Amino acid sequence: MHEMSLAEGIVQLVEDAARAEGGSKVKAVWLEVGQLSGTETEAIRFCFDVVARDTMLDGARLEIVETAGQGWCLGCGQSVALEQRYAPCPQCGGYQVEPTGGLETRVKEFLLE
Amino acid sequence: MCTVCGCGAGETRIEGDEHTHVHEHDHEHGGARHSHAHEHVHRHEHPHDHEHGHHDHPHYGHEQGHAHDHSHGHEHEHHHGHEHGHGHEHGHSHSHGQDHGHHGDLHFGTGAARAHAPGLSQSRMVQIEQNILSKNNQYAAANRKLFAERAIFALNLVSSPGSGKTTLLTRTINLLKGKFGVAVLEGDQQTSLDADRIRATGAAAIQINTGKGCHLDAHMVGHAVERLNPAEGSLLLIENVGNLVCPAAFDLGEAHKIAILSVTEGEDKPLKYPDMFAAADVMLLNKVDLLPYLDFKVPLAIEYVRRINPNIKVILTSAVSGEGMQEWLDWLEAGLKSARTQQQNEVGALKRQIAELQAALAEQAR
Repeated sequence: MHEMSLAEGIVQLVEDAARAEGGSKVKAVWLEVGQLSGTETEAIRFCFDVVARDTMLDGARLEIVETAGQGWCLGCGQSVALEQRYAPCPQCGGYQVEPTGGLETRVKEFLLE
Repeated sequence: MCTVCGCGAGETRIEGDEHTHVHEHDHEHGGARHSHAHEHVHRHEHPHDHEHGHHDHPHYGHEQGHAHDHSHGHEHEHHHGHEHGHGHEHGHSHSHGQDHGHHGDLHFGTGAARAHAPGLSQSRMVQIEQNILSKNNQYAAANRKLFAERAIFALNLVSSPGSGKTTLLTRTINLLKGKFGVAVLEGDQQTSLDADRIRATGAAAIQINTGKGCHLDAHMVGHAVERLNPAEGSLLLIENVGNLVCPAAFDLGEAHKIAILSVTEGEDKPLKYPDMFAAADVMLLNKVDLLPYLDFKVPLAIEYVRRINPNIKVILTSAVSGEGMQEWLDWLEAGLKSARTQQQNEVGALKRQIAELQAALAEQAR
């Protein structure tokens, strides 16, 4: 969802941090995309290149690490793998599953030249 | 551009705002207060060749257990003359009401932004571990703090276009007249038609045009609230852009998101657009006066929305017949009262703290 805004968020976060470090050029960025975060990785890649143009991140490589979705099923009383938000529990088929993991999209780290 | 709906960003206009420059979302309020990035930055020196891929780096999977604190105390207040440091190469900074439109102070893209200190010129990994929505969330937290201080009960109204939001709002405002102050922020891509409709009721309203944008974000709302300046203890209704997708991800600092679903839309909408209904605390099932003419099954709609969000409160409303309006108003009144109670409790706690400090000072002076 909303990858252009998200890509802008990435560029801002990294530029702020890079500037605080006294850097001027970022060579690569590692992004952690949760399976349940609602972020389309292909769309992020596309938007990132566009948004990064003429910034400290111009031409930077974007490495995406996907993190698996996880939920807590109230019926089963245990953690289950969840490929989609609002999907039923893979064990019992119930819908009372609270998503617990793979919810965020985060900038993990970046490589400063 | 939002790749979901094809819309873009960067043409935001807030009604009555004089400055015409494009609002980027990377404004830094209060300068130093927001440059907290260095607080949780881990540096890794890289003396070796940095052409190789990431997985060759020995420090991948750092063992530091970086439990850095991400709870930033965002103290910035929107009504102060804040500096906007634009992050891109058009990095002009300006103070509000003074020198808008200075371009090209810094050019980060082509040269060194600042002198390289010796030893800092080598490649190195910088770990930040930040949620990419954290900027928006910072602004949202500042809005929320402001609302709490002024006992403003803020609601973010979300729905598809044409669900009857504005009609419901005008009816709500008319019914609340004389009881509570009401202020409205209207988000639309273009035109001030909705704000005009609201202003016709006598309530204060400001239109935010998002241009190509498909949602309101916390930064736009912060600026608009500064301009609107809602009275203490009032109700602030934020009518988001008609869109069931993108606004779900952007916290505006509101107390609750209210999803409005009209019975002309189909029962399965909560299943088709689950993020929005999951983020909402209340669903208004609107236009129920039309039910006799439609094949809309109310219990099925409620079953679907509860599948997504078991705790959601559902109120059946019609701005035309007035059905359900009393229940909706009661809910609003309860929210307003609780916002005031919370504010009073906080004021009481602060007063007690001050009294204790004064007593301690008096003790010392003796």
